[in-house]
This record gives sequence, C-alpha cells and structure tokens, in this order.
Amino acid sequence: MSVGSTELSGDAGSAGVGAENPVAWSKIHGVSHVETGHGETTLVVKPERLIEVCTHLRDEEGFNFLSDVSAADYLGWGGHGVSGYIGTAAGRDLNQPMTQGLQTLPQPKPKRFSVNYHLLSVTDNPRRIRVQTWVEDGEPVPTVIEVWPTADWHEREAWDLMGIPFEGHPNLKRILTDDDWEGHPLRKDYPIGGEPVRFSEAE
Amino acid sequence: MAVAPERTRAAIYEGTRIPHPIPTVLKVSAELEATGDVLPINFGPNHPSTHGVLRLIVDLYGEDVVGLEAVVGYLHTGFEKNMEQKSWWKAITYPERIDYLSFQANELVFVLAIEKLLELETPEKAVWMRTCLCELNRIHSHLVWLGTAALELGAISMFWYCFREREQILDLFEMVCGTRMHTRYFQAGGLAEDIPLGFYPEARKFVSWMPRAVDEYEALVDKNKIWLERTVGIGFLSADDAIALGQSGPVLRASGVDWDLRRIEPYLAYAECDFNVPVYPEGDVYARYRVHMDEMRESTKIIGQCLDRLEGMEGQPWIADDRKVVLPPREELHTSMESLIHHFKIVTEGYRVPEGEVYVTLESPRGELGCYVVSDGGPKPWRVKFRAPSFVALQATATCMVDALVADMIAIVGSLDTVMGEVDR
Repeated sequence: MSVGSTELSGDAGSAGVGAENPVAWSKIHGVSHVETGHGETTLVVKPERLIEVCTHLRDEEGFNFLSDVSAADYLGWGGHGVSGYIGTAAGRDLNQPMTQGLQTLPQPKPKRFSVNYHLLSVTDNPRRIRVQTWVEDGEPVPTVIEVWPTADWHEREAWDLMGIPFEGHPNLKRILTDDDWEGHPLRKDYPIGGEPVRFSEAE
Repeated sequence: MAVAPERTRAAIYEGTRIPHPIPTVLKVSAELEATGDVLPINFGPNHPSTHGVLRLIVDLYGEDVVGLEAVVGYLHTGFEKNMEQKSWWKAITYPERIDYLSFQANELVFVLAIEKLLELETPEKAVWMRTCLCELNRIHSHLVWLGTAALELGAISMFWYCFREREQILDLFEMVCGTRMHTRYFQAGGLAEDIPLGFYPEARKFVSWMPRAVDEYEALVDKNKIWLERTVGIGFLSADDAIALGQSGPVLRASGVDWDLRRIEPYLAYAECDFNVPVYPEGDVYARYRVHMDEMRESTKIIGQCLDRLEGMEGQPWIADDRKVVLPPREELHTSMESLIHHFKIVTEGYRVPEGEVYVTLESPRGELGCYVVSDGGPKPWRVKFRAPSFVALQATATCMVDALVADMIAIVGSLDTVMGEVDR
C-alpha cells in the first residue's frame, strides 16, 4: 500500500510531521480510526491488534524507528478533585489557587490510559506517525519489544511510572523508582509529596 | 528486525548483536557459567567514570566482559510529574534541568510544543537567536563530553582545554540570559529579552577562535597511540542494530546512518543554514569521537551564519505580539490598564493552551529529543513526557559490549554520551 509522500515543513515550531492522507491509513488492518491534529497523524488501535498494526507499519510502511512510548493518565480529565486538576465547567474554583475555569470541557477519552507509540521512518521518505491504544487500569498491552527492541526500557518506564502492564515483556520490572516502590508515581491519583518518610523516629 | 536503508548500510558486523530476549541485558552463556570462573562486578553507581550515577552489573571472565546489565534511576526526580503542577510558562524551567549539558535544546523542545499547540508564530529574530544559542549549546555539550570521556581514558589535560572553551560559551550565555546554565531564555512566542549590546562582537571572537581550539584538541589526541588503541575498533554498533535500538544523534551517525533532524525535518532556521552532517561508517568509539569533533566545527559555522543574519535585525521584535500569551512590555504597565490586566493574568493564572496532544522532536546534542505534551485546555500541562536520547543510548550498552574487555567498558559507556539526569528525569 502506498501512502502519499511527506511534506516536510520548514517553519519554526513544526517538527515536520507530514500531513498524511487519513483514508489510506485507516485501511490498514487493525486500525480502528485515524485522528489528525496539529499536522500529526494518530492511528487508534485496540490493544489486541497492536502487534499486527506495528509489524505492518515497520515492514510495509518503513517505520523502522520507535522514537518513544508515552503513556498518559486521563483520570479526572475534565472533572474535579484530582491531582493536576485545573478548573470546573462552571468556572474558576476560588478555593483552588492557580486554577482557572474551562470554558468548554475537553473531549471525553474512551478509557483511562492512553499508550502512545511515536514512530519514525529512518528512510529516504522520513515521516512520523503516532499509534495510540487505550486501556483501563490493569488491562494489559502486548509488548512491542519483538518489533522494536528499543521498546524494552520505554515499556519498563511506562510500567514503573504509570502502571501499564506489558504482556510478554521479558524483563518487566521497575526502572526509575526503587524495586520496592509502591504505586505508580505519574498516575493522577498519586499524590504530590506522598512518599513515605523513611528516616522518622517511628521507624 | 528493523532494517536501515540501503544507502546508509555499512558492513560493521554480520547479523545482529542485540541480545535476545532482553535487548538490554547481556547474559552469560551457560558454558562459561559452568566454568565457575565468572566474576560478577558491581560497577557504580558512584564511580567517576559513569558520567553520573549509573550502575552496571558486569560479569567478567578474566578480562572479558561476558555479561552486562545497566541499572538506572538513581537520579529520578519526577520532573514530568512536577511539570503537571506548574502553569505552562513556569514549567519551562524544568526541562533545562533534565539534561544539564544541553539545557537550551531541552528548553526549546518544550517551548516548541507549547507554540505548536498555541499555533503561535515566532519572529525571525527569535528563530535565528534560538538557532545560535542551540548551536553554542551543542558545542558546550560536546566539549564537556570530550573533556570527560578523554579524562576517563587518561587524557587529563584534554579536560582543561575543553573547559577553557566551555567557559567562553558560558560567558556568552551569561551575557545574553543572566545565568550561565539553565538560562530560561526561550519564552513561548520568542525570547525573554532582547539580545544585549556587545553579544555579537563577543560571539564573533568565539567563532573565530573555536576552529583553532578544535585543531588543538585533535593535536592532543588524534595521533596519540594510547587514544587510538583505546578507541579504534571498540564498541561496535551496526546501522541496523542502532536503528532497532532507537539510537540517534552522534551514535547513529557514527554507525554510518546519514540522519540529522536539523537536515531531515528542519526546524528553527536550519533550512537556511549551510552545514554538513558528519557521518562515519565504522561504528566504533573512535567514529563517535570523530562525529563529535566534526559537529563542533559545523556548529561554529552555523553560529557564524546566525550572527550574520542577526546583526541585520537590530530593532526588530524578539517575541510575538500576542498579549494573551506574551507578557506586555514592562514600561506599558505604568500607563496602560489593559497591559496591567494581561500581565496580571499571565503571571498569576498563566496562559491557557488549547486542548490537544503534540509530539515535537529536535536534534539535541545527544540525538533525537522528543517531547510529548497533552493539554486539556487549561493553564497547566496535563501530561509532559520527554523522549530522552541518553535513556535510549544506554540501552545500547549491552550490544556494544559484546567481545569487549573490562577496560573498554569505560570507553564504550563514555562514547554513548549519556547524561544521567536526562536518563532518570
């Protein structure tokens, strides 16, 4: 399948993500739908079809380079009362310093966590694409380590900080926090300053 | 396996050397284990040759490295979590501290992400000045790399010479931004301040001096037998393995892949700059050293071109004229109620950034630096994630360490040019 050539943008502020034809991308087997925004293309994929889509993108479309695996927690997205919260639909919450009302609520998200695979094609036709999959808490995502070996530490980081379990990962253990750390610090319900004090008199 | 394009393929070794099934852990083979002569060594986390706090669990068989696992996380400080608690413009101070050697590049990638979400145009002067500072920063980062990597291999005097030029760069940063490191000079929309008087002549002096300084470094080590024996033919990484392991920047170019985001996806003013991308096909430690040296020369050329352009832009705006995002000029606060309100709103609540998600990448001194930003439309980032090139580079240690001796380990880890602050974030 051929996809239109990338138009590299040279102006400041653009990382040169090509504006691709969404119709062509949506024909790939396993892609639920395609989103575009800010000149970036996102392929939304169900976790169970992730490997199929990723293998296709690597082998047929030339995306041989996995740039990053980024997980995001959308707990409390557009809502109230969680860490990272900024405002209510009704307006600014005066009891929350540094907050500001949202005039419109952000678009609802399908599930709590998104896992984003930022792919790059290190070929004569350089372009970028994002593969996005959505999971609930504890729902596993298959590992892409067999597709791109560089996923190893990226997935360990997503497990460590966000608590996304990667099914089939050969070495899924904490990477940035201690081995005996409790909780996943980048989750929205993980409090700021909430780590236990280890050297108090009580211990 | 991911495969590199034909034009960049260099025959460094046949097949792949990436360990399986865990790509980042080199396991001791069963037959060596059976000899009972394998000695596990804990290298680091506090060791002068680990560029910070990196722990390597090394299995030695005599002097051969037969097993290796890198353990990171000792510098994890939760930058990404902290940034979610700050308004957008306050969060700009954080990325710089992630990689304390290429602070301008890290700052820029986050600012570019904000600007992409805001769809904010930056004035030409700011674009060229950003390019100029980023290249100064690249030289700064390479100098620290060269000084410390050579120091670890015994070339002590190199360190002094590199820090001599680094000092000049930091003086330039101080002149422009008021601080020597962690400058926080890039604002969403442009620069925080105008370029000070006297910057151009001082920068010109540096540009005319720097090529001679690089010649001096080369005179010190380039024909030095010890240096060559410790770098040539060590720490091989093939182009295919480099791409599969996500390597970028000097490591990728030293494996023969002609890839530089400044050329491939030109951002800032790089499309209008004339420079070469050094590529070496050998894939060893020496090739990585060569790429760094050549890049310093090329960066000096780019800085000269930036100065040529900037000198003709006297009196032009250095920041976008968007009062919803950019602070109004200080003098207007005394006369204009409107400006005072804008100033107050931006300083207390911060500006809002439209809902959306972007992934911005650029070529930092260490390679592909990415920033994934999610905004929910409010004045704080919902999620910020950095793709740290050092984090990825360390994943290649196990592959590079195949057939290495224990003494080569220092040279190999050094050549990957990692900054542990960026690895652990």
